[in-house]
Amino acid sequence: MSQPTHTTERPAVQAPAHPPKPRRPMPLAARILLRTAHVLLLPAVLIGLYAYSTATSGSYYTPTPGLIADAFAELWFSERLLVDVIPSLIRLLTGFTIAAVTGVCLGVVLGVSKGVRATLEPVLEFLRAIPPPVLIPLMILLVGIDDSMKILVIVSGCVWPVLLNTVEGVRAVDPVLADTARCYGLRTTTRLRVLVLRSASPQIMAGLRLALALAIILMVISEMFASSSGLGFAIVQFQRTFAIPEMWAGMVLLGLVGFALTAVFGLVEGRVLRWYRGLRAANRGE
Amino acid sequence: MTKTDTTDAGPPPGAPAPRGRTRSGLGRALLGAAGIAAFLTLWEAVPRLGLVSDRYLPPATEVLGVLAQRATTPGFWAAVGDTLHGWALGLAIAFAAAVVLGFTLGALPRVRAFTTSTVDFLRPIPSVALIPLAVLLYGTDIRSTLLLVVYACFWLIYIQVLYGVADVDPVAEQTARSYGLGRLARIRYVVWPTTLPYLMTGLRLAAAVALILSITAQLIIGTPGIGQEIAIAQSSNAVAYVYALIVATGILGVLINMGVRVLERRVLRWHTSVRGEATA
Amino acid sequence: MLKVTALQKIYNGGASAVEAVRDLTFELAEGELVCLVGPSGCGKTTLLKCIAGLMPPTSGTVELAGDSVTAPPPDMAVVFQEYGRSLFAWMSVRANVELPLKEKKLPKERRRELVAQSLEAVGLTAFADSYPWQLSGGMQQRVAIARAVAYEPKVLLMDEPFAAVDAQTRADLEDLIRNIWQRLGVTVLFVTHDIDEAVYLGERVLVLSSSPTVVQDDITVDLPAERDQLTTRQDERFTELRARVYAQIQQAKNSAAPAAAH
Repeated sequence: MSQPTHTTERPAVQAPAHPPKPRRPMPLAARILLRTAHVLLLPAVLIGLYAYSTATSGSYYTPTPGLIADAFAELWFSERLLVDVIPSLIRLLTGFTIAAVTGVCLGVVLGVSKGVRATLEPVLEFLRAIPPPVLIPLMILLVGIDDSMKILVIVSGCVWPVLLNTVEGVRAVDPVLADTARCYGLRTTTRLRVLVLRSASPQIMAGLRLALALAIILMVISEMFASSSGLGFAIVQFQRTFAIPEMWAGMVLLGLVGFALTAVFGLVEGRVLRWYRGLRAANRGE
Repeated sequence: MTKTDTTDAGPPPGAPAPRGRTRSGLGRALLGAAGIAAFLTLWEAVPRLGLVSDRYLPPATEVLGVLAQRATTPGFWAAVGDTLHGWALGLAIAFAAAVVLGFTLGALPRVRAFTTSTVDFLRPIPSVALIPLAVLLYGTDIRSTLLLVVYACFWLIYIQVLYGVADVDPVAEQTARSYGLGRLARIRYVVWPTTLPYLMTGLRLAAAVALILSITAQLIIGTPGIGQEIAIAQSSNAVAYVYALIVATGILGVLINMGVRVLERRVLRWHTSVRGEATA
Repeated sequence: MLKVTALQKIYNGGASAVEAVRDLTFELAEGELVCLVGPSGCGKTTLLKCIAGLMPPTSGTVELAGDSVTAPPPDMAVVFQEYGRSLFAWMSVRANVELPLKEKKLPKERRRELVAQSLEAVGLTAFADSYPWQLSGGMQQRVAIARAVAYEPKVLLMDEPFAAVDAQTRADLEDLIRNIWQRLGVTVLFVTHDIDEAVYLGERVLVLSSSPTVVQDDITVDLPAERDQLTTRQDERFTELRARVYAQIQQAKNSAAPAAAH
């Protein structure tokens, strides 16, 4: 466990965009215009280019944005949302939650106990190095192709980044702070809650972020590999039946799901780690 | 690394470091070996004692036997070679593209401001969403694998490069300016050394992700490689071989992780975060 | 009140054992303010950790009010040098001060009272809802002091608490400590490497030798109880005491030199 799979030493937020420093102050209207252009210009250009190229060349595999939008509205504003999308998301979140809780609990145990850590380290190094998708065929052999297979795949893939990052975070608890907690007679449960988990939270969140990205991948491909429902299944089915606009609509939805889950996670992370950003900024400013 | 204070306190003189260090080397290796032995014993015992049917979990000796036997066949090594080929090529393309774009846009904040919204939208899109498109466009060609690997790895590295460029110490930058260093010299002596640790972090994460996606493509799309072998072994119910291949991917993963770490240590030998980690 | 007897600490590294503290014996009367001063690397921190019950000594004993110290005792508070690392960055100033009181299971009103009083005493009432990292270094150390004061300890240990703050803040904090000590009548053991600070603050100064450490000298500071940065430091007696401590420390360093050579 000498090297964690985390990125906490780097800021997890988008680096602050340096606003261009105008030599003379820009009028407010111009600033709003510029800001809008920052957000919208490139997406508009890209979509425009795509629309133009599909409209002129008209490849079968790349339908026009209009066709994709139609297919999207027709497909996902219907009961397919309930049949295919919602169950996928429930499996995803169930697996992710189980992995998160298991990873944090085991991580704390390993992080606190040097002996246990030294004993399990090589085995864990090996287990976490296994690319999680290969567990799908295995889980099918073990539990079949039902929901529990998919959840198990997600759990067994996502637990590692959480576990290893938690270990790293728990090990990095400041010794001075740990001494302080002892001096003031903090009990074990308080110490765990107030000291260990909180001071490891930047690493834990970094692990959870990786786990979430992995969970989405595993959800999709476990459905693509063997399933009769779910978003991944639907997309592959469209592709196999050459329902191209529908396939694109599925891909777009998948992209939106990834975007939305990451955004929600970002909000939670921002709240949990507000102190950490402040601390970093303060240390940096000095 | 996460909360070093500005006061350089350091460990108290003569803190219990000497004790830990003498015991750590040999003792840790012994404990680790014991852990592996226990893991293998458990794996051997569970099916032998009938706790789990060996149809589902063949004993360790059987799996490792199958692996050893397959490792003598050229087909196995061809699959390993295909997997590594997709991994290395995809990683290299993503790395090159991310470094070039990252440094360019990092140096041009005004241009970068126009790209942020697009990047923030594209980055969280799971690369597996591209699988159907890859199948239609490239079939089981290696380009399918590359599409997935490059898409996933590019963002990881690109974002790290941007963080790194943004992390350049303004004092160092101003010092360099005041000594009259030109733009190129500043990139060489100020920006590049600051960014390097970030870049290595990106590479380390991307190396693991590239393996995952390389194998995913083989598993789902059927491009040649270990993933495809696993899918075939599973559909033909060759349980021990499935396990053997999973062990093989694990070994591959460990080797890649170790390789990247060694590289990171070498490249960043001067850097405190690595030094700190080495002594920890 | 606090009694250290024949304390010895050897860091055991097999062949490379390091004797950080050899034989320390001293005693603090109730309500005394004693400064421990010694050359750098003389094991001050080790000693303090043994006294605080954070580290078991190799031999010898530490007694607090007659009870042997084997774990951090409930009547003792410690202020560390590294203020930034001894505060909970994820808690407000108020929560930092209140946390130990919650663990003591004090009723809510009492906690609120103690927090308000101690923040008042260190002049941080207005910053109760700030986070530690929003404050300057000196203010952060004040938070740590407020937390120690609110804990209502019988003994207050301070491990070079002002080594990392700037000189002006340091003078303010020194007066703050004198002030709190006089008002609360708490027993204070103040570890420092700064000779001026030791003489200015202490009723007694213990000079430690180089590692392996013994008590080299025990000097009573017979300065008036009311001290201030300007007049006290110009006082002839202050200069004499300062010179005496300085000479002792020089002697400690020189006597250690041949030992360190081989």
